[in-house]
Amino acid sequence: MSANTAMATKYRNSFLKEVEEQVEMGDWVKMCMQCGVCAGSCPVNFQSAWEHPPQEIFMMIRAGKREEVLTSPSMWNCTSCYNCIVRCPRKLPITHIMHGLAEYAHRLGIAPKMQPTRFFSGLFWKNATKTGRVNELKLSMGLYFKDGFGAGVKEGMKMKDVALGLIKAKRLNPMELLGGHKCKDQKGIQAMLKKAYEIERSRKAAKMAG
Amino acid sequence: MTEHVATNETILVVGGGISGMTAALEAAETGKNVVLVEKNPALGGRTSQLYRYFPKMCHPVCGLEINLRRLKSNPRVRVLTLAEVTGIDGVAGDYTATVKVSPRYVNANCTACGDCARAVELEVDDPFNYNLGKHKAAYLPNAMAYPQRYVLDPAIIGTPDADKAKAACKYGAIDLDMQEETIQVRAGAVIWATGWKPYDAAKIQPYGYGRFKNVITSVEFERLADVHGPTGGKILRPSDGKEAKNVAFIQCAGSRDENHLRHCSRFCCMASLKQTHYVRENYPQDGKSTIYYIDIRAIDRFEDFYQKVRDDASVTFIKSKVARISEDKDGNPVVWGVNTEGYKRYSTPHDLVVLAVGMEPSVKGMDIPGHIVADSSGFIEADPANGAVFGAGCATNALDVNRAVQSATAAALRAIQVVNKVAKAEA
Ligand SMILES: Cc1cc2nc3c(=O)[nH]c(=O)nc-3n(C[C@H](O)[C@H](O)[C@H](O)COP(=O)(O)OP(=O)(O)OC[C@H]3O[C@@H](n4cnc5c(N)ncnc54)[C@H](O)[C@@H]3O)c2cc1C
Ligand code: SF4
Ligand code: SF4
Repeated sequence: MSANTAMATKYRNSFLKEVEEQVEMGDWVKMCMQCGVCAGSCPVNFQSAWEHPPQEIFMMIRAGKREEVLTSPSMWNCTSCYNCIVRCPRKLPITHIMHGLAEYAHRLGIAPKMQPTRFFSGLFWKNATKTGRVNELKLSMGLYFKDGFGAGVKEGMKMKDVALGLIKAKRLNPMELLGGHKCKDQKGIQAMLKKAYEIERSRKAAKMAG
Repeated sequence: MTEHVATNETILVVGGGISGMTAALEAAETGKNVVLVEKNPALGGRTSQLYRYFPKMCHPVCGLEINLRRLKSNPRVRVLTLAEVTGIDGVAGDYTATVKVSPRYVNANCTACGDCARAVELEVDDPFNYNLGKHKAAYLPNAMAYPQRYVLDPAIIGTPDADKAKAACKYGAIDLDMQEETIQVRAGAVIWATGWKPYDAAKIQPYGYGRFKNVITSVEFERLADVHGPTGGKILRPSDGKEAKNVAFIQCAGSRDENHLRHCSRFCCMASLKQTHYVRENYPQDGKSTIYYIDIRAIDRFEDFYQKVRDDASVTFIKSKVARISEDKDGNPVVWGVNTEGYKRYSTPHDLVVLAVGMEPSVKGMDIPGHIVADSSGFIEADPANGAVFGAGCATNALDVNRAVQSATAAALRAIQVVNKVAKAEA
């Protein structure tokens, strides 16, 4: 049984309860009074438009719309500007709940795979943990080629002038493509990460079981 | 004034708004002696600053006039205006209050003819109109002021304007040598009816009050609608004097908000519903009101009033607490938010935005003598620890006039019981 099916079965009757127990700061959701200040304060919501602004997400959680919420790209749009937290009349830690929901959906393996924020987060993590240093050139190339070779070339051409400028200013080294710089203690950093993964895995397993 | 004899059978009422007046009269009409202390130059409090009041939409003059008539015919109530209680000592049944009385510079000879005002040149802010306009530095506090007696603003004392005022008065009513006095008043029981103040709207930063001229408060809107107000009753917007026909009302401005006031102020939904009438009356053809709300709290029998406004085609209800306000190039305030019914974004320009500001007790942050027990919002609670100091009206809770008066009557009854006990003990 997948993690998702297990959780869906466990909390069959109440998605709200599931969020309260599984999602970081999820126990705040019930405090929302649906005033709309968070949704109206969100700069991203007014720019590219969330599918479901935070206010709506909270209502959907209470309405038991489990699939729609967890597979939604909405909470991945949060830029952590904290406008909503500052203004919420009920003091809900909205930003943290958004990240908590995103993380939970990811943990269950049902977060939208190609959502750019999620995709980039994964890319960044892999990139940074490989050598202990971020390889900016590979990172941005990785993002450009997310939707295939053609789209990547197109996106790369769009950014060509910026890249050349960065190279001129010595902010970008084209040689990084051949391997790139690393931190000194390669073994040490991998051992540290391994330990961290272990701790995280056991904590999450306990939470899902608990 | 100083010669007024108060004993421990006297009831001291602090605050001369509708609650304080009611408490004073109820007590006096049962035969008790009352001293009523008001810090403004006239009685009436914030009720007198309303244009009309719900639910019957009558002018506050009616309600207040009845009380003033009762007051004038009752020798048992001593009224001190421009007077503030600064301290209370003692115990239940035996208090002594210290009262600071500011000079009015006008004595009882005044007939309210207004010659002094005509003679004076300096104009000062008019607090009765929430400083939306100015008045002469010799003024009658408001048209129905009690006492009907002019006041000189301290700003002109020692200037030629003061001498002009004095020279203009045919009745010798102007006394430029009046000094501030501090007097002691004894009382067996104290009724604290100091009322409320509007929440400071500038603290709600995203709404731009103070930055945008066409964002005003509900109390200011009352003055704009009043014929005695700064615009003579025409609803004109402050920035350019343009007719404000498209008015937005923002509910819970500062109330029900952990960042501002925690409580529901309870009357502001009704106040905005009422104020939509002002818009329609001013502009019967094309006046438009939009109420932005979380939920409408028209408590108990006010539901009818609400339903009638709901049925009014000139009024739109949008279920949303506005997130922020900006200003467009024409000086129109633009309200931004998301409508809870459908979660649709909006950014809508209006001619004028009225913030339905919350009610804060006047006593909050004030050094109430005698350690009064207050709730988390600063309203006075009924608590035995308060001894014979009783809260009345909006000093105890966010109330409309009707409920404020009920609370005042209850406070009067409690105070009467205390002084009755004192009287029995002394007999
Ligand atoms: C925009 C708006 C519209 C409203 N419309 C309505 C309506 O239509 N109908 C309705 O029923 N209600 C309405 N209300 C509510 C109404 O204003 C209050 O219920 C009413 O004012 C309460 O009277 P009060 O005597 O308790 O307080 P106040 O009116 O505040 O009176 C308190 C008095 O105490 C005095 N005072 C304060 N401190 C001291 C001190 N230290 N020493 C001496 N004196 C002091 C003050 O100067 C004041 O005169 C409205 C309120 C607002 C904001
Ligand atoms: S601002 Fe707070 S109370 Fe209002 S809708 Fe958002 S989370 Fe709910
Ligand atoms: S009465 Fe209405 S506007 Fe006032 S605080 Fe309560 S809900 Fe908000």
